[in-house]
Amino acid sequence: MPVGARDSVIAGIGWSDYPVAPELDAMEHHALALRRALADSGLRKSDIDGYMCAGTGFGHNIDDAANMAEYLRINHRWIDGTMVGGSTFEFYVQHAAAAIEAGMCEVVLVTYGSDMLSRMGRTLGTSTFSSASARVGGPSQFECSWGNVLAGGYAMAARRHMHEFGTTPEQLAEIAVGVREFAGLNPHAQYRDPITVDDVLSSRMIADPLHKLDCCVISDGGGAFIMTTRERARDLAKPPVFVLGAAGAQTHWTISQMPDFTTTAAAQCGPEAFSRAGIRPEDVDTIQCYDSFTITVLLLLEDMGFCKKGEGGQFVETGVLRRGGRYPMNTDGGGLSACHPGMRGVFLINESVRQLRGEGGAAQVPGAQLAVACGSGGSLSCIGTVVLGKEGPA
Amino acid sequence: MTVEGLADSVSLRALPQPDHASRHYWQSAAEGRLVVQRCTSCDAFQFYPRSLCASCAGETEWVEASGRGKLHTYTVIRQNRSKAFGPLSPYAVGIVELEEGVRMMSNIVDCDVDALQVDMALEVLILRAADDVGLPFWRPAAG
Repeated sequence: MPVGARDSVIAGIGWSDYPVAPELDAMEHHALALRRALADSGLRKSDIDGYMCAGTGFGHNIDDAANMAEYLRINHRWIDGTMVGGSTFEFYVQHAAAAIEAGMCEVVLVTYGSDMLSRMGRTLGTSTFSSASARVGGPSQFECSWGNVLAGGYAMAARRHMHEFGTTPEQLAEIAVGVREFAGLNPHAQYRDPITVDDVLSSRMIADPLHKLDCCVISDGGGAFIMTTRERARDLAKPPVFVLGAAGAQTHWTISQMPDFTTTAAAQCGPEAFSRAGIRPEDVDTIQCYDSFTITVLLLLEDMGFCKKGEGGQFVETGVLRRGGRYPMNTDGGGLSACHPGMRGVFLINESVRQLRGEGGAAQVPGAQLAVACGSGGSLSCIGTVVLGKEGPA
Repeated sequence: MTVEGLADSVSLRALPQPDHASRHYWQSAAEGRLVVQRCTSCDAFQFYPRSLCASCAGETEWVEASGRGKLHTYTVIRQNRSKAFGPLSPYAVGIVELEEGVRMMSNIVDCDVDALQVDMALEVLILRAADDVGLPFWRPAAG
């Protein structure tokens, strides 16, 4: 076997219909994304021998790995149902790469689907998760009585960052403005009209200091990708994209347990992923960064090492993340503007692959060779960083 | 959130389901005392209560907290449609750092939300919510 024959690659990507698809339930999003990723790869369904899927637990959906493997009839010999929130799919790349390189399986399918917008509406980020008269167990028992909302946890991180480093609402707003610019190039994006920093600052305050336009959209949607070996990918439909380095880490799950409100586990897994890939942040051509809220992006960029801790505000305000900037970010319009069905991590991987294949259309980053996808799951809790390359390991 | 308005809201809030590790914490609060765990091996304080020291896996004991702390960070919730919290909006949710070093989520009350400051001094105000549960709110420290 030639050296590197079992290097792991992404051979196919697909999306279901987004951002609004009332006719599809969550399982159908998984199925549609699978069909499209298979067609993209040129593989047959019977080639799949590994499967990864995380049940969202949203609404009435039963879409955990075992149920979905049955529904999709995947006769796997390797399965992983890790569920760490929105970054699950970055962790999946790490796990699948290890399994593929160890010879445990040849073709790993990852699927995701959510009908959150059509079935649950837009209340996820601003509703109190439990109602009166209910008793709440587990770690949430220490948060359930205070009327916090999902956005509130991120707002508290933003507040502390502003206090320690002087970060401004304008600097956070710049992140939303840049992402919206890319959304304008994506015909599927949920919101496409250009916005300004003033638009963000004058949008309704949701949880101080986060405004409505600092918060991601809520969508329907799904995605799938297929991983295999460099060797297996040689005669497939599309050029493979190589997994050069992947790492994940966790600091807490519930927001009140966050050890440092201005630092995420990306400070741990970011450098590890770059080290495994043998590159530095400044080598990266495009960033696909989890943007549940503008502050999420700021923290992840600092922690991965794109700038020093505390300097994220000055870093982003120069426009580095915009189209034509040094690190064009969220080139599909991100969760802030294009699509966020609850767990966005799969979109970060798919968009990285699209860019590295040169299929980005109007949003294409010229000559993109290296992409980093960084997902955040829970409440800034579980971070996964993946470095992908157009060329294989040297 | 004024202190007077709190009692009504407490009856509308979701309440914790005490478990083996947390029962003493909630019961003590119902009796007006704030307690936290300390490790008998490494002396680390911890919150929330667990059946082991999360630092060294040792055994823990209960100690009474001073009831003083500071506001590590906070947010002001402007939008919440629930029956308990809708009428209270805007209200402050904060992370309080106790003198013992541990942090907990709570509401910062008896203070205009525009007067909140990161690191401001706070003191605990415990309200009984049920026979087995007291809720530790925090307000600006007197003096």
